[in-house]
Amino acid sequence: MMLDIQNLSVTFFTRQQPLHVVSDLSLQIKAGEVVGIVGESGSGKSMTAHALMGLIHRATARVEGKALFGDVDLLSLSRRELREYQGKELSIIFQEPMTSLNPTMRIGKQVEEALRLHTGLGRRERRNKALAAMALAGLPHPEELYPVYPHQLSGGMRQRVMIASALVLRPRLLIADEPTTALDVTIQAQILDTLKEINRREGTAILFISHDLAVIRALCSRVVVMREGKIVEAGEADQVFYHPKEEYTKLLISSRPTRNKGKEDSAIG
Amino acid sequence: MKKRNWYLTVGGFLTLTMVAYILVGVFWTPYNPSAINGADRYAPPSFLHPFGCDHLGRDIFSRTLEGASSTLTIAVAVLAVGFIFGLIIGALCGYYGGSADALIMRLCDTVTAFPSILLALVVIAIIGRGKYNIIAALGVLFIPSFSRLVRGEFLKQRDRDYVKSAKLMGVSNLRIIFIHILPNTWPVLLSGLTIGFNNAVLSEASMSYLGIGVSPSEPSLGYMLSDAQSVLFNAPWYTAFPALVVILLILGVGLIGEGIRSQMGVAS
Repeated sequence: MMLDIQNLSVTFFTRQQPLHVVSDLSLQIKAGEVVGIVGESGSGKSMTAHALMGLIHRATARVEGKALFGDVDLLSLSRRELREYQGKELSIIFQEPMTSLNPTMRIGKQVEEALRLHTGLGRRERRNKALAAMALAGLPHPEELYPVYPHQLSGGMRQRVMIASALVLRPRLLIADEPTTALDVTIQAQILDTLKEINRREGTAILFISHDLAVIRALCSRVVVMREGKIVEAGEADQVFYHPKEEYTKLLISSRPTRNKGKEDSAIG
Repeated sequence: MKKRNWYLTVGGFLTLTMVAYILVGVFWTPYNPSAINGADRYAPPSFLHPFGCDHLGRDIFSRTLEGASSTLTIAVAVLAVGFIFGLIIGALCGYYGGSADALIMRLCDTVTAFPSILLALVVIAIIGRGKYNIIAALGVLFIPSFSRLVRGEFLKQRDRDYVKSAKLMGVSNLRIIFIHILPNTWPVLLSGLTIGFNNAVLSEASMSYLGIGVSPSEPSLGYMLSDAQSVLFNAPWYTAFPALVVILLILGVGLIGEGIRSQMGVAS
């Protein structure tokens, strides 16, 4: 088991009462597997990812449980210790490709950043690795794009740059937090293909978070449905989509507009 | 076709002219700026003395050349002191926040609460006159305003997504501050620098005007203005030319600042 989340709980302390954003969530990801978390807004799916990446302020919230990555518990690491893993062993990409890149840095340099931090490679080797990662992320003509600034790129291209910089060190796990939500549908499909390709070629496990069932269906072999911080249903993708057990999952699936509206049809994608 | 940025063009031209003017003054002046010549007392502008002469018959053109260079040196040094310390303080305060930030900002408020010239006067009274003491006194006074400016920018930037992704890449805090965030604050910092420069020039000139600037033996634009005010109507050129030099110096840099602001779309 590559990532073993055991009884993860995230609790925010508000003035009225403690707010359980994620409660008692357990989830396993095997090496090379693509797991999807699906749920409506506020279901705690992003919070799960944020907890894994140490993005939750200890001052405002309590994170309980374990997240064993290999044999280290990510949740027990200090910021400094966690930094050793971030970008190297596990990476994350976000929803907002428009703002996730530094506007004053050439994109090649941004892709290289993880190499600079985690390896002692020289300038030329870093550049070569960055170019390889950019090609892997599906950026055409990496050499020409290397010295370009983010504002010169479209949203889809920027998301590819984000993917390249997340993958430059070939991490074992990539957390994708709604990476295609801000993109239009055709670009979305291309990015999904790229992620699939990366998973196939590099064996990178992906934890894919989305509210979009079709996207999850296209990519993931296993699916976790979340609601109000709890897992409603989990299982093989086909099983969950075609033979949902829980009422909420059925509702979620039927909420999706289909071409033949009105007919009884729960098939997705 | 992009519209021409006239602020930048005119400001740049003016500033370059003034820098050239001052550079000339470093290597060559038509007369010895301190040479006293009784025959030329209050001589009006002429071919021999383009800016006229002062109450001791000294050539005003030569004196503005040299005075402007000492004003510029002091202003740049003051700016450097204020900016470097302000940058470090502001960046750390803005990025980390917390109680240290609150404390330092209140300290800055305290310094800002005093009229700056008054405070500089007190400092000079304690540590004595002289070029370097003025730089130190004024430089310290410039730190709070730069800290505040830089801090505000860092506050604005630190929660941006690109900072978040850099953090998640494992980038250390200091590298985020200086390599990732700092370049994004340049538009605001640059226009802040131009305003700071103008304040520094004016502060230096007012200090000399009040007689607490550089030693009186050195030509200084402020001293000249102070000497000239008693003969404002009898020898108007004595006031006009040093004042003109100060104005042009400030105007050029001020226009550049305005140009940067409109170029970068920064609200002032």
